[in-house]
Amino acid sequence: MQAWTDLVLILVILTNLALAGLSSFGTCVRVLAFQGVLLGLVTVGVQQGDLSLHTLVLVAGIVAIKGLVFPRLLLRAVREAGVRHEVEPFIGFATSLLIGTLALPLAMWLTSHLPRVGPAVPPLLIPTAFHAILIGLLLIVSRRKAVTQVLGYLALENGIFIFGVGLVRQATLLVEMGILLDVFVAVFVMGIAIFHISREFDHIDTDRLSLLKE
Amino acid sequence: MVAALFLIPALAGLAAFVIRPHGVRRALLLGAALAHAALTAQAWRRPPTPALDGLLSLDELGLLFLSITSALFLAATFYGIGYLRHQKPGEGQDFGQGLAFANAPEAVFTGCLLLFLAMMTLVSLSGHFGLNWVAMEATTLASAPLIYFHRHSRSLEATWKYLLICSVGIALALLGVFLVAVAATDPARTTVSLMMAELIRRGGDLNHIWLKLAFVFLLVGYGTKMGLAPLHTWLPDAHSESPSVVSALLSGALLNCAFLCILRGYQILAAAGCAAFAQDLLVLLGLLSMGAAAVFIIGQPDYKRMLAYSSVEHIGILALGMGLGGAGIFGAMLHAVNHSLTKAMLFLVAGNLLAAYHTKTGDRIQGALRVLPVSGALWLAGFLAITGSPPFGPFLSEFTVLRAALEQGHVVTAILYLAFLGMIFVGMAGVFLQMTYGRASLPAAERPTHETLLSILPPTALGIAVLILGIWVPAPLLDLLHRAASALGGF
Repeated sequence: MQAWTDLVLILVILTNLALAGLSSFGTCVRVLAFQGVLLGLVTVGVQQGDLSLHTLVLVAGIVAIKGLVFPRLLLRAVREAGVRHEVEPFIGFATSLLIGTLALPLAMWLTSHLPRVGPAVPPLLIPTAFHAILIGLLLIVSRRKAVTQVLGYLALENGIFIFGVGLVRQATLLVEMGILLDVFVAVFVMGIAIFHISREFDHIDTDRLSLLKE
Repeated sequence: MVAALFLIPALAGLAAFVIRPHGVRRALLLGAALAHAALTAQAWRRPPTPALDGLLSLDELGLLFLSITSALFLAATFYGIGYLRHQKPGEGQDFGQGLAFANAPEAVFTGCLLLFLAMMTLVSLSGHFGLNWVAMEATTLASAPLIYFHRHSRSLEATWKYLLICSVGIALALLGVFLVAVAATDPARTTVSLMMAELIRRGGDLNHIWLKLAFVFLLVGYGTKMGLAPLHTWLPDAHSESPSVVSALLSGALLNCAFLCILRGYQILAAAGCAAFAQDLLVLLGLLSMGAAAVFIIGQPDYKRMLAYSSVEHIGILALGMGLGGAGIFGAMLHAVNHSLTKAMLFLVAGNLLAAYHTKTGDRIQGALRVLPVSGALWLAGFLAITGSPPFGPFLSEFTVLRAALEQGHVVTAILYLAFLGMIFVGMAGVFLQMTYGRASLPAAERPTHETLLSILPPTALGIAVLILGIWVPAPLLDLLHRAASALGGF
């Protein structure tokens, strides 16, 4: 069980790196969908064979929303905005990939200073979660297109979720579902905003949204 | 009954999306606001029993912030109904750059307004860290369409910044919530509860390192939503571009809800004996916010942006008062009430000025006292109140915070505090006084013949409340403020 969970976590790290280095929106969305499914597997893996109804509902919710609904919503937003690639990001793709790779030892070093939380938590879990959070923040600050910023937000959210399902067992199902619902509505509302931005400005470059400043 | 406080606005909000006739929908808005206020008043007389195993419960802190939200929403509802009546359904023109725009459908506006109230209520009611987070994130989502009511490029830009920056901030707060859970994980137990009451009771068992890390993330996350510098960048845009009635709620009610979330984290830290760590951070961010506000207020041409930066300043005062501890905590609680009422009044009056003069640039407005006698007088009174001049409420609370700083020997903090307040007074005085006095800058033909009752009554009521609070704090409120402060370890 442990080796299996580790494998899933390594796959999550690889999807993070792919997000940092890829320019095509379509591919990024699919990578993120795959990461959503991996998130469901992590949730099963950390339970160590103790599958309650609670876990099953949660996993079904995660896979349905992060693996199926988000990709469809985002692909539609991409199609309506009429843009296929991220162009000229503030930090180039090769550099982003390098930063993303370096973020992994950084995440491991940072989390090695934290107190231990018990033997049941896979040692890779917390570094993986922080790596996803760092990649998400990188995407949000270094990309021009509104769609990529939403992808970054989702990567960040995934990192936080990995941390949550790994370390916070038996939280209230109501609250977990509430969190998923919130993220879902957030992406939905952001999708609508992107649609309005592309109609109003004929582009979705957020660095050109600069009417409001001091 | 606790559930009703949340369910009434939530259900009314959902219904508002599908009701077609304007009259019925506006009546529903008014009815929900009145019912909410009545239930809140009832909670003052008798504390309601918790519901859903304590997920929903109302303690002193919750009641204080719920009352602020409810009172402001009632004022905003009366003002808003008058405002919606004068909005033409078709095309409009932006006063800033003459951008043509269409308004969002009124049904969407009313529905989101009510859902916004429901979510802010849920923040005050929730006795669970996770539910608190869910409600806080939902306030962002419910209020984003409100900012984009006038559909043009400026408001769209403000909405996008608001959505993205606040969502990312609140996502980090979620990490903070999970870290609280980790801090509370006991190897001997299998379940961990995120109920606030239980966490406070178990205070001593919590792991300090995880808990401090949790507070940092909670502060950064909810601090973004609260508008603490340097995380405030979305705030001036969103508050200046949204309709004034929405600005009033964002500034007066929403910022307080985010503050409440930080206070919940603080309560746990205090119970675990780490209050000093949290207080140092709060003092630092508080002073930083006041400083940032002072820099941007001086020379600010747009009066709505000036009010927004003034909110950053007052949020800083709240954080500073909390950070000082002791009497400062009581000062912060009182200041939360005073700032909300004053700022909501100022934003509503700003809406009247904007409607009459069609500009957000302070330089182009003169003689408000002549053109709009009531709004002009309120504008002047609001300026005096918000800058902390006696006899208004904010003077009293700002003075309490100052005294707390001096009593504890934080002389440098006190000097910085006074310096920032002074800079802000000067910066605001230039614009406000010039707008109020002088010859009217509108040709006689364009002047409104009279001010409608719905546009002046709500800000007048808020103004009178601020004046009364400056002279005399009613006994039940004083009692509640003291109980809230002592729940946070102050007095």
